[in-house]
Amino acid sequence: MIDKIFNARLLDPAKQAIHSDDQSYDINITAGKISEISLSHLKPNFSKNIQNTLSKSYIDAKEKLVFAGLVDLATYLREPGASYKASIKSETYAAASAGITTLCFQPEPRVLVNNTANVNLIHEINQRSATAHIEVIGNLTQDLKGETLSNMGGLKQANCVGVSNGLQPLKDLHTLHMAMKYASTHDLKVFIHPLEHSLAQKGCVHAGSVATRVGLPSIPVAAESAALAQALTLVEATGAKTHFCRLSSAASVKLIEYGKKQGLPITADVAAHQLFLTDIDIMHFNPLCHTYPPLRSERDKNALRQGLADGVIDAICSDHQPHEIDAKLAPFQQTEIGISGLETLLPLTLKLVEEGVFDLSHALKLISLNPAKILNIDAGQLRCGSNADLVIFDPDAFWCLEAELMLSDGKNTPFLGQWFSGEVINTLLAGKMVYSKN
Amino acid sequence: MDRDHLINQRLNVPDELPSTMQLNAQRQLKHFLTVETLSPLLLEEILDRAESFVTQPNRIQKQYSLLQGKTVMNLFFENSTRTRTTFELAAKRLSADVFNLDIRTSATSKGESLLDTIRNLEAMNIDIFVVRHQHSGTANFIARYCAPHISVLNAGDGHHAHPTQAMLDMLTIRQHKPSFQPLKVAIVGDILHSRVARSQIHALSILATGEIRVIAPKTLIPIGIEDLGVRPENIYSDIDQGLKDVDVIIMLRLQKERMQAALLPSEQEFYKFYGLTEERLKLAKPDAIVMHPGPANRGVEIDSRVADGKQSVILNQVTNGVAIRMAIMSMVMQTQQQEQTRIAI
Repeated sequence: MIDKIFNARLLDPAKQAIHSDDQSYDINITAGKISEISLSHLKPNFSKNIQNTLSKSYIDAKEKLVFAGLVDLATYLREPGASYKASIKSETYAAASAGITTLCFQPEPRVLVNNTANVNLIHEINQRSATAHIEVIGNLTQDLKGETLSNMGGLKQANCVGVSNGLQPLKDLHTLHMAMKYASTHDLKVFIHPLEHSLAQKGCVHAGSVATRVGLPSIPVAAESAALAQALTLVEATGAKTHFCRLSSAASVKLIEYGKKQGLPITADVAAHQLFLTDIDIMHFNPLCHTYPPLRSERDKNALRQGLADGVIDAICSDHQPHEIDAKLAPFQQTEIGISGLETLLPLTLKLVEEGVFDLSHALKLISLNPAKILNIDAGQLRCGSNADLVIFDPDAFWCLEAELMLSDGKNTPFLGQWFSGEVINTLLAGKMVYSKN
Repeated sequence: MDRDHLINQRLNVPDELPSTMQLNAQRQLKHFLTVETLSPLLLEEILDRAESFVTQPNRIQKQYSLLQGKTVMNLFFENSTRTRTTFELAAKRLSADVFNLDIRTSATSKGESLLDTIRNLEAMNIDIFVVRHQHSGTANFIARYCAPHISVLNAGDGHHAHPTQAMLDMLTIRQHKPSFQPLKVAIVGDILHSRVARSQIHALSILATGEIRVIAPKTLIPIGIEDLGVRPENIYSDIDQGLKDVDVIIMLRLQKERMQAALLPSEQEFYKFYGLTEERLKLAKPDAIVMHPGPANRGVEIDSRVADGKQSVILNQVTNGVAIRMAIMSMVMQTQQQEQTRIAI
């Protein structure tokens, strides 16, 4: 256990004004919680001596940044059910190494969350390694089949943060309408991946000139915006708290903006890779860029970036989908969707700061404080009494993403070989050191 | 483990461009996956070589020994009669051994992955894979992961490309028209689902064809076709306007599934508005030629009197199909032999 971090430059998107100075602070940790944050009075040299002579429960964070652990809204953990792809142990450790201390478990047909037993099992497995907190999103419908409602009351009692049907279709709008009403009965947030299946057909890439050139079946933007518009109407009718997941288009940003102006209780997120890749990247049938939603046009990408800067979109998530290697070794259409994204969530978000899309404080807000608010959990800020989920970060490091060095079981990312600046040195989970670079 | 490592390494490499994947360092043809990005010179070379292989009916066919001792494997994951037969015939006229893998009874239908199938066939010392598959990019995928001494020929992948068909069409046009530059070529019908149309558009643009037109209802025009080299003003939904003064008419096959997918109301209505009749043919230049990649739906996209008429060159296309495939096979094997010699030195 770590008792104290000293000489740290703090970054807290919740109280920018206090910590934006270049002062050094000390953080005291008691029983896994932050007990005190105070200005450092120790001289740098003196502190070095302390670390040498005293126990290892102190961290000298000189020239390092310290911020609250990140909160990721979407992680496919694959366990229990598909552990040939990845396991809770491997992925939570990968998360810790990337500064993520809270993960959101995403239900999928491979790994269902129908009842309290399912939820408890996930937490039980996680307790064995305990390198990250897991929040669970439960099924919206039984077995995600889209027909009958899941046991939402029980899921709420088991502390699920919300319910979702993932990318699986619902039988009809009536089912969605009732699911939203019933979820709000139990004060559960509904997580919706807007997708009109009849418009998406069997498409796998963005409907545009690249799809035409490579001859792959495509998904029009309207498959997302039509579903989103319908869902917004139902939010208005039911008042159900709703989060829209993985937006991909300029049209969706506009709709969310409109919904928020109407005062609807909605939030939205985007996957980090969607802010960098476009349909041009699938030009040579690169299966690592096979995602859902599909990578769209440059214009859509820029609108998503602007939406984040303007606060229309609330969060960036990893949309982490680890795969075994064979899942991506086939002709494009036959490969499985998704990118292994945990280890690039923070690096890609910081790249947006380098590119001038928004400032560092706003960037951190998008991957820690805002997702924490969406999940209604106490995380994402440095506050006395909160869990000491902390990241010690070296802003001057420069590193390259390599498959051999990735900790996730899924090496399926198109960002291999890219250089990033800034690196996580230590990650603390409730005061316990769960990752150390050295 | 070894294989995984190898694949891991290959996954790390940024994707090769199709142009660099098809050609070796000396810019000779090694695989034939798509017409896109090939040079006009190379296309001319293919056409010239094919011309030398074109045969006359009712003569003893000349046997070449260019592919003696080589093995060609036809891997057809989709049904085909014409294309498979012409590939087979082309290989035999070049003295290669030819095998047709029946996919319906093969291990692929028992759940073996495509990569494993390829690895197993590779172990049987195959020299050329001729691949047809319902998914776009399959030929590229196989070319990328198979052993370097194997050449992959794309016999049609999804809606992406059908390069040998496009080249045999170019040969047919060249036999009837002195030059591509002044030509107006109209492609009519289901452009959206046609790999043939895409490859033809690429080939025609590379050969500097004067005007490439596409004619179809809006439901069958793919989004962003302008980026392939069809100017916006050359996209027609009215066939009578589109056929005016053209030199070449290429009709495409319309499949029955299109009606079920709500893209068209009926075959009758399609024929009424887009079928090539004798009357419509008169709108084109008097010496215009009519082509069709086959198999044609008579009474759906083309009138029998046109298909069998004196302007139709549909059967020339089939004859040329053998010659083009002989040309491609001999070129890729020549490239491979030169590579081998280079390695030996």
